[in-house]
Amino acid sequence: MTGKVFGQPIPRLEDQFLLTGTAKFIDDIEIPGMVHAAFLRSDYAHARIKKIDYSAALKRPGVIAVYTAEDFGDYWRPGPLQVPPPTAIKGSQFNARPLVPIAKDKVRFSGEPLAVVIAESRYIAEDAFDDIIVDLEPLPAVVDLEEAWENKPALVHDDLGTNMAALVKQERGNYEEARAKADVVISRKILVNRNAAAAMENRGFVVNWDEREQEMTVWATTQAPIPLRNTIAARLGLFENQVRVITPFIGGGFGPKIMTSQADDVLLPWIAMKLKRPIKWIEDRRENFLATTSERDQVHYAEIALTKDGVILGVKDVFYHNTGAYDPYGMTVPLNTQTHTISNYRVPSFYTEIRMVFTNQMVVTPVRGAGRPEGVFVMERLMDAAARELNMDPAEIRLKNLLEPNELPLRTGIIGQDFVEGVLDSGNYKANLQKLMEMVEYEKFRKEIQPALRAQGKHVGMGIVCFTEGTAVGPYEGARVTIGGNGKVSVATGISTQGQGHFTVFAQIVAEQLGVKAEDVNVVTGDTAHFHWGAGTFASRGAAVAGTAIYNAAVKVREKIFATASKWLEVPPEQIELGDGKVWVKGKPEQFITLGDLAFRANPTRGVIEPGVEPGLEATGYYGPPYGATGAGAVAMIVEIDPETMELKIKRFVIVHDCGTVINPLLLEGQVEGGVSMGIGNAFYEKMVYDENGQLLTASFMDYLMPQATDMPPKIEIGHLTTTSPLNPLGIKGVGEAGAIPTPSAFVQAVEDALFEYQLEIPESNLSPSKIFEYVQKASKKG
Amino acid sequence: MKPVNFDYYAPTSVDEALDNLAELGYNGKVLAGGQSLIPTLNFRMARPAALVDLNNIPELAYIKPTSDGGLAIGTMTRDSKVEYNPEVAKRFPLLPEVMKFIAHPQIRNRGTFGGAIAHADPAGQLPAVSVAMNATMRLRRKGQERTVTADEFIIGPFMTVLEPDEMLAEVILPPNPPRTGSSYKQVSRQKGGYAQAAVISVVTLDDRNRCKDVRMVLMSVGERPILSQKAREILMGQEASNEAFRAVAEAAATQEADPATDLHATADYRRSLVRVLVVRSLTEAFDRAKRGG
Repeated sequence: MTGKVFGQPIPRLEDQFLLTGTAKFIDDIEIPGMVHAAFLRSDYAHARIKKIDYSAALKRPGVIAVYTAEDFGDYWRPGPLQVPPPTAIKGSQFNARPLVPIAKDKVRFSGEPLAVVIAESRYIAEDAFDDIIVDLEPLPAVVDLEEAWENKPALVHDDLGTNMAALVKQERGNYEEARAKADVVISRKILVNRNAAAAMENRGFVVNWDEREQEMTVWATTQAPIPLRNTIAARLGLFENQVRVITPFIGGGFGPKIMTSQADDVLLPWIAMKLKRPIKWIEDRRENFLATTSERDQVHYAEIALTKDGVILGVKDVFYHNTGAYDPYGMTVPLNTQTHTISNYRVPSFYTEIRMVFTNQMVVTPVRGAGRPEGVFVMERLMDAAARELNMDPAEIRLKNLLEPNELPLRTGIIGQDFVEGVLDSGNYKANLQKLMEMVEYEKFRKEIQPALRAQGKHVGMGIVCFTEGTAVGPYEGARVTIGGNGKVSVATGISTQGQGHFTVFAQIVAEQLGVKAEDVNVVTGDTAHFHWGAGTFASRGAAVAGTAIYNAAVKVREKIFATASKWLEVPPEQIELGDGKVWVKGKPEQFITLGDLAFRANPTRGVIEPGVEPGLEATGYYGPPYGATGAGAVAMIVEIDPETMELKIKRFVIVHDCGTVINPLLLEGQVEGGVSMGIGNAFYEKMVYDENGQLLTASFMDYLMPQATDMPPKIEIGHLTTTSPLNPLGIKGVGEAGAIPTPSAFVQAVEDALFEYQLEIPESNLSPSKIFEYVQKASKKG
Repeated sequence: MKPVNFDYYAPTSVDEALDNLAELGYNGKVLAGGQSLIPTLNFRMARPAALVDLNNIPELAYIKPTSDGGLAIGTMTRDSKVEYNPEVAKRFPLLPEVMKFIAHPQIRNRGTFGGAIAHADPAGQLPAVSVAMNATMRLRRKGQERTVTADEFIIGPFMTVLEPDEMLAEVILPPNPPRTGSSYKQVSRQKGGYAQAAVISVVTLDDRNRCKDVRMVLMSVGERPILSQKAREILMGQEASNEAFRAVAEAAATQEADPATDLHATADYRRSLVRVLVVRSLTEAFDRAKRGG
C-alpha cells in the first residue's frame, strides 16, 4: 500500500538533478547557428537622446546587426501594462506609463537600453559598444520621492505634466473622528529602503524562429510563461500556439522575473524573425542591478491614535511610493502596503493614501514581500512608539490589539492588489504571539535573562513583532493530470518554478489522490506546450492556487479511475480499492488492473467510448479564489551589540507561522528560512543606493551586500500553528514571503532594545553598524 | 561583463616571463591568482593589451627558511599554502591569523601572496601585514634585480614602485626577535568582506616587559597601509598600560588615520573603529609578547 505522502517531510524530488549538476539552465541551451545579443545601456539616468550612430559597429568583424528604437519602426511601442490598476477604488488616479522596450527620444533611468547589438559572440557584441557614438543631452535627475511629487527638479514623462503616477485614498471608519477621541496620537516619518531581488541566477532569454515550421520557441527565466507567450504572439501577429515558451530550471525568481514587455522579450523575437537566426541573451550581474526591477523605497507619514490603555482607535498613513521610471505593474506594491499596514490588528478607523511617483530610477515591481514588509514595518514601528509613549511592554500592547479568531473572516474595507476588498479569511493571531512568547521564554527573558546580561555590561535586546501575509490571490490557475500507459502520472500546470519545490509538493498532492508514489508523479511547470492557461508564480500562490487546481484535476481523474475500473472489473465503484498503482476488487486483491493498463483501456483503438465519457485517465482542473488566503505569524529575535564597534550578532531567531494545511513540513521550513534570510539581508546588509544624479552606486556584489551563511543566526527556530483556510479544499495558505515580511521590523526593535540606554528610535528599515553608530552619537549628544 | 581582447602569454620559467614583460613594457600585465584582476577585466575597468600568466612557473611558488631564521615566500605561493604551513605558523603566527580574514577559502586557494601585495589594495591585508612585518620585496626585471622594503614598495592606492616590465618575485620576512607578539584586529561588514578598519601590531618586549620595538599598522583607513609613528613615540620603553594604549589610539585615530566615507560607513565611524581596534590589538600583542610571542 502506498503510504501517506501528503503532509510528509519528503526530500525534494528535483534535487537529484540540481545536486548532481544535470539540471538544465537557460545558459545551457545551445542551438546551431545561434548568435548573441548585448544591450548598450545609458550611463545617464535622465537625458534626451540626440543621436546614436552605430555605423562603425557594423564594420566590426562578427557583428551581425545593430538596432536602436528607430529601427523597429511601428513595432516599437510601449507596454502593454502588465497589471492595470483596480477600477474598484473610487476616486483613485493612475497615470499609465508602461515600459518601453528600448529608449526612444529620452532616457529615463541609468541602465535603460539604447541599442541592441547582435554578434557571433557576447564578447564581440560588447566590443562593439566602443564603436557606437551616443550623443545624449543630460537632464536633471528625479531622485527624491517627495521632491518628485512636487514635480521637481524635472518631469520624468514630459507629456504627463506631472510626476504623479498614482494617487489612491482608502478609508475604513473615520480616522479624524477616532483621532479626536484619542488620548494619545503619535506621528512618525518612516522610511523603507530599497533592495534588489538578487536571485542567484540572472535573467536570460533564448529565441528560435523556425521559418519552415512557422513556429517560435522561447526559453526564458520567467515566472509568468503564459503571459509572456501571449504578449509575444500578440505583438508579432502570431497565434498563441505558434509560440512555445519553456522555462528551464531557474535559479530563483523572487518577483522581478514576472516582468514581460522588456527589451529582451519584445526585441529579440522580432530580430530573430528578421535574421532567421536563434538568439541568446544572458543578463550579467551588472545589468541585473541596473535594469531588472527591484523594490521597496517608500516614505511614510504615519500616525496612530490610541486610548491611554493602549487600545488602537485609528491609524493614518500617507506615503510616497517610488515606482521608478515607469509603472508597468500598476499599483500592486503600494496596494499591498495599504492592505498590510493594519495587518492583524483591530484598527477600527484607517486612512491610507498612496502617492506614487515617477523617478529616474529603475522600475519598481514586487520583490518577495511586495509591499507587505513596508506596511508591516510602518505598523510595527507605530506600535513600538506607542508602547514607549504609554510605558507598555511591546508584547502586551500587541496582545491587546490583535484580532480574535471569532472576529474572522473580517472584511478590511481596503481594496487590494487583486482588485477585491481584502478579507482576513481565518487565523489565530493571538495564539501565534502567545506560542512565540513561550518558545522565546518571553517573561523569563525580560525579568531574568536580560537584566542579568545587562548587569554584566552586555547589550542584548529583543524585538518582537506580528505580521500577516496576504497570499494565494486570483485570478486562477489550471492543471492537467494524466495517467500514462507506464502507470505513472504526469501533471502539467501553467505556473513556472524557480526553486520553490513545486515538483515535490504537487507530486504529493496527486500521489495522495491517485494511490501512487510521489516519485511516480512527473510534474511539468512552465511549458506552454504542456499547459497554456494561467497567470504565473507570484504572491505566494503556487501551492495554494495551482496546487488546488492540480488537486481538483486529480480528484476528477480519481473518479474516472473508479468509473473505468468498474466497467472492466465488473463491480460497482464502491467495491473498488485504489493503491500501489493499481485498482482491485475489495477483498479480492487477485482481481486487479494496473493503472497503466487501465489508462490503455480508457483510450481504446477499437470498441466504444460511451457518449458523455471523455477518453483517457485524464482531467483538467482549475481554481480561482474569490480573494486571497491570509497567513500570519509572529517573530522574536534577540541580538547582541558590541557597543564599541556596533558589530551585531543574532543570538536567537524564533518565528511562529500559520499557513494553514502543510503539504510538506521540510519544504515549508525551507521557505520560511529563505524568507528570514532575505529579511535579515534587507534589514542589515542589502541596500540599493542611487545618488543625486540617479546613478546606482551599488551595481555589483562588491557594494551590494548579500547576507551570507555566516550572517545568519545559529538556528532559525520555527513553530507552526495550523488554521486552515476556508477558501480552498485543502485549506492551504501561501508561505513564500512570510519570513521576509516581519524581519526588518523585529530587527530595528531588537537594536533599540539592545542599546536601551540611548533611547534610540530608528525610523528606517536598513541598518549597518555605521548607521547604528550615528544614531548613538546623535542620542549621546542629545542626552 | 566580458573582457576586451588581450594577448595571452603563458611562460614556464621566470626568465621567459621577464622576457615577455620586457618585450611588452606598458602593454603587459602580470596575471597571478587573478582574484582581483579578472573581475577588473570583466568590468572592462582594466584593458591591458597582454597578460603574462605566472601560473605555469613552479619555481615562483615556495616557502623557504632564510639563513637568519626568517622566511622567503615565492610570489606565486597560494594564500592557503601560507595559511597552513607549519613553518609559517611557528615563526609568524600573525600570518595564519590574518589569512582567516582574507575573503573565503576558495579565494585563498587561488589568490597568491605576492599578487595581493603587488595589487596594493588599501583594504588588502597582505600589503599591510608586509609593512607591519617589515618585509623585504625582491623585484626582478630582465637582467636586473633590486630589493625594497614593504613600506617603500607601496606608494599609494593600487600603486607600487614596480616598473611596467618588473615583477615582485619574492617576499622576505625577517625573523621576529624573542619576546615578539603580534595581533590583528579587524571590523568588516561581513566575514570575508572588506575591512572598514583594521589594526596590526607587532611588539617586541625586553626582559622587563618594556617595549623594545613596535610596528603598528592602520589598514583600510587611508590610501595605503599607515605605519604608526605615534605608536613608536608613545610606547617605546613603556610597559603595557591601558592609558598608553588609549593615548596611541587617540593619536592614531585623529592624526594618522585618514578614512573616507563610503557606502557602508562614515569616516567618523571608521575613525572610532581605529580607536577601539588600536587598544584591542596592542593589548593582545603585548600580552602575547609577554608570554613569549
